[in-house]
Amino acid sequence: MQNIVQRLLDGDRRALARMITLIENEVPAAHRYLAELHRHAGRAHIIGVTGAPGAGKSTLVTQLVRELRQREHKIGVVAVDPSSPFTGGALLGDRIRMMELAGDPNVFIRSMASRGSSGGLASSTGDVVRAMDAAGFDPIIIETIGTGQAEVEVMHSAHTVLVVYAPGMGDEIQAIKAGILEIADIFVVSKADKPGADQAAAQLSMLLGLDPNRRKGPWRIPILKTSALKTQGIVEVVDAMQQHLTVLKESGMLAQRAQRQARSEVQALILHAVMQALKTRVSEDEWSALVEAITVGERDPYSVAGELLERIRLREE
Amino acid sequence: MPNLRPIRVLVAKPGLDGHDRGAKIIARALRDAGMEVIYTGIRQTPEMIVEAAIQEDVDAILMSILSGAHMALFPRVMELLKHNNVDDILVAAGGILPDEDVPAIKAMGIKGCFGPGTSTEEIIKFVRENIHPERLKTEV
Repeated sequence: MQNIVQRLLDGDRRALARMITLIENEVPAAHRYLAELHRHAGRAHIIGVTGAPGAGKSTLVTQLVRELRQREHKIGVVAVDPSSPFTGGALLGDRIRMMELAGDPNVFIRSMASRGSSGGLASSTGDVVRAMDAAGFDPIIIETIGTGQAEVEVMHSAHTVLVVYAPGMGDEIQAIKAGILEIADIFVVSKADKPGADQAAAQLSMLLGLDPNRRKGPWRIPILKTSALKTQGIVEVVDAMQQHLTVLKESGMLAQRAQRQARSEVQALILHAVMQALKTRVSEDEWSALVEAITVGERDPYSVAGELLERIRLREE
Repeated sequence: MPNLRPIRVLVAKPGLDGHDRGAKIIARALRDAGMEVIYTGIRQTPEMIVEAAIQEDVDAILMSILSGAHMALFPRVMELLKHNNVDDILVAAGGILPDEDVPAIKAMGIKGCFGPGTSTEEIIKFVRENIHPERLKTEV
């Protein structure tokens, strides 16, 4: 069988699908593959779609994809849903609303379970996006799990963040103010055919008016109303996404965020490697003995950590 | 390292019947058994099901059908899988499948047929024990 990386780059959908599985499962070979893919990635516009459960994220994504297809794009979608904290199982239901898109070879949809990660994404979502990017999908839309206040992880993975807000959520607008409001590049008030949409947009506008971050550099955050039922407002959202990317590029913000991202990725990989090294080089028995020593007061966590770190360093291959 | 990755399953409703209580119960039971279940919703064409299975890289496809159209839809699903060179996904079916059709269904390559009254434990066990060994490989 030809190398999976080559097949993925040649546009083989099954190779991409399998690659994503290997990345999700953190198999030892995944980092090697990702290192190869990295050279071919970095081209796609990455769009995050977040909002409360039931706000209309999947429906919006479906409509955005439909509009982007009109504009001849090849689109990747990563839809994240939560894993059970008890069994690790998950029910991934975002596809239900997106099934009309299935069968189009220029749309690749992947459902991901969060697998214990907090923050609205799975820990490997960024790497999955990289694989789709290398496979030539652009843009790539990340749909987060239904978020509450502080699941803002998507801002680190996406260039453009859409926060979806449905009318009729009343006081919650206050509740989301601190976390979610801050990460939006574009606000989408969904279900605009319902009563209350204008008020919701007005409330958001007022809250944004109070917020000194209303302007993110040269970008003015728009509030756009959409209705999937009446297929309204989607063209404007896609236009705004593309304008935002242009502003990021022209202002140099895109380059800055690429640097930030590169730095945090290397740091995360090092942390991960340190934890792996600890796992393989310190036996369970030794851990138990050390933990016991700390709990009975013979040792302290600081010196134990220092000692173990020293051991990893000295034994490095 | 032991293989602890979750099993991924597509639960699909081919054809036109709109009754998916059974499919949802199965989806929920598999979820509670620690699997990652992608549920497609009702009224799926064989093309949609096979494309979803490929993109989601699932280990198994479970189809639920009550309308009686299984002898038209199942062969199409199996044909499309073959056409896409997919030979490592476990396929099983449930719903209203008359006894006299079961041998023909199994001959298509659909490994399990589960009628009304099947316990969810039986289905969970079946999925766990019949995942294609190729799927558990960690390098390609």
